[in-house]
Amino acid sequence: MSLIVDIKKKLDDFNLEIKFSTDSKVLGLLGASGCGKSMTLKCIAGIEEPDEGKIILDDRVLFDSDKKINLPPQQRKIGYLFQNYALFPNMTVKENIEAGVRGSKAEKEKIVNEKIEMFFLKGLENKKPHQLSGGQQQRVALARILASEPEVVLLDEPFSALDSNLKWNLEQELMEMLSTYSGKVLLVSHNRNEVYRFSETIAVLAAGKVETYSAREELFDNPVTVAAAQLTGCKNISRAEKLTNHTLYAMDWDITLYSNKKVPDGITHVGMRAHYIKCFDNTDFTNTLNCKVSQVIENPFSYIVMLDNLYNRNKKVSSRIRWEVDKEEWENIGTQKDTIRVVLDPDKLLLLS
Amino acid sequence: MELSPLFISLKVAFTATLITIFSGIAAARFVLKIKKFKGIFDGLFTLPMVLPPTVVGFFLLVLLGKNSPIGKFLMNLNISVVFTWVGAVIASAVVSFPLMYRTVRGALEQFDVNIIYAARTLGMAESKIFRKIVIPNIVPGLIAGTILTFARALGEFGATMMLAGNIPGKTQTMSVAVYSAVQSGDYETAYKWVAVVCIMSFTAMILMNFWNGRQLKKTTKRSDI
Repeated sequence: MSLIVDIKKKLDDFNLEIKFSTDSKVLGLLGASGCGKSMTLKCIAGIEEPDEGKIILDDRVLFDSDKKINLPPQQRKIGYLFQNYALFPNMTVKENIEAGVRGSKAEKEKIVNEKIEMFFLKGLENKKPHQLSGGQQQRVALARILASEPEVVLLDEPFSALDSNLKWNLEQELMEMLSTYSGKVLLVSHNRNEVYRFSETIAVLAAGKVETYSAREELFDNPVTVAAAQLTGCKNISRAEKLTNHTLYAMDWDITLYSNKKVPDGITHVGMRAHYIKCFDNTDFTNTLNCKVSQVIENPFSYIVMLDNLYNRNKKVSSRIRWEVDKEEWENIGTQKDTIRVVLDPDKLLLLS
Repeated sequence: MELSPLFISLKVAFTATLITIFSGIAAARFVLKIKKFKGIFDGLFTLPMVLPPTVVGFFLLVLLGKNSPIGKFLMNLNISVVFTWVGAVIASAVVSFPLMYRTVRGALEQFDVNIIYAARTLGMAESKIFRKIVIPNIVPGLIAGTILTFARALGEFGATMMLAGNIPGKTQTMSVAVYSAVQSGDYETAYKWVAVVCIMSFTAMILMNFWNGRQLKKTTKRSDI
């Protein structure tokens, strides 16, 4: 099953120019809020109309501006799970599920009962949405979508409005429900962990464009672009320029670094994840760095230590390096010291362009 | 006491309200759907609320009178509007229409648009979405609009006077009867009609507050999930 999206749409702040094609069962779209993720889903579902381009699902053309094709959402067979579930408030659970089912009365009855069973909604058939808990509402919304037998299910930030406990439970539940679904799933989120847990393939969106498109492990190991590095949680990013095939100069940190990977010609930035930084008290390692401890912030299970390269010639707050370290380790290192020596592992440097 | 003003008022107000329910919903949907000239149409639909009723009456008189094309057309169909109870209905409907239009529009705007999107992606036809989902969910707004419209139509005076005149037993509504009675110095009759009008309008407002209170309770229950 393949989905091809190649659309352009003028928005207030930027131009949406989304282009990807995917064969994977679950595709995650990761992006900061306001980057055009939801708009992309709405265009795929037919709720919004792109200015130009095409959307093709298998061999069905859903939208093609050249051929003047724009199927209404009713004919696209694409399910959309809204953040607030968008259940019909005036209808019972059963009527909600039945709303999207086609066929004779007996067939409808059969499908609805099947979904009620499958989504553990027995006994709630005649309740109205406002009488249900958040989890039950999500199950009804999903049952309603799957009862209409869509070829693709779109999940639009399904958990972002929930507190963390409930969120975890609903996420587990949703994953289990979707495991029985044979169609394709597109998940939109700004939460990297959520996207990682759900998706095989992840597209990173920034300012209306697809920045990277890769397998999830690949994305987190080697994010390639600055936006992708930030969205995957990299806290330390410095401008950089290439010196040789394996060395580069990090401008903001004012150091020359050695990389085990080949430095690409177009490198603009270098990144280092905060928890990959190590502290060693000898100079045998490459990429060691003498730092002044400028700030220590306590988290429940770790410390965030803000470091200044001692020999950095540009003293700006933005050139500080953020180091995340276990409580125990930090206490062993000795919190008394003003200066410490850290290593930026040459295997772990993110080379960004 | 001659009771005909009461019955004429009720007949006129009921018919006028019925007309505004349909036209108000249609106008609200229309304005929310169009992309261009929204402001112009909204202004046009709201105008009867802010114009002096006599001005509205004057427009209607010119528009529907014997010398206008529409008036002539209606004459051919043997319908006369001026100085008939049909004229009173039209005057009341036009003047109270903005109240219905505004309330329905507000209710439609507040309605979660994602619910409509969801219905579309589930394959429901537009007409079915409107009948089965939109209408049942704007019922509170519709009822509020109906009560307001009815109360306004019941109290209509200026435009009715202009278009339907003051013919006892034919077009004389309660509010017109009050005016007539005072003009002829019959304060007793005036007091009686004033009392009837006050009681009816007050009851309508009480009904509406009662209804609003009930709706409020329902929605607050919903929001704490």
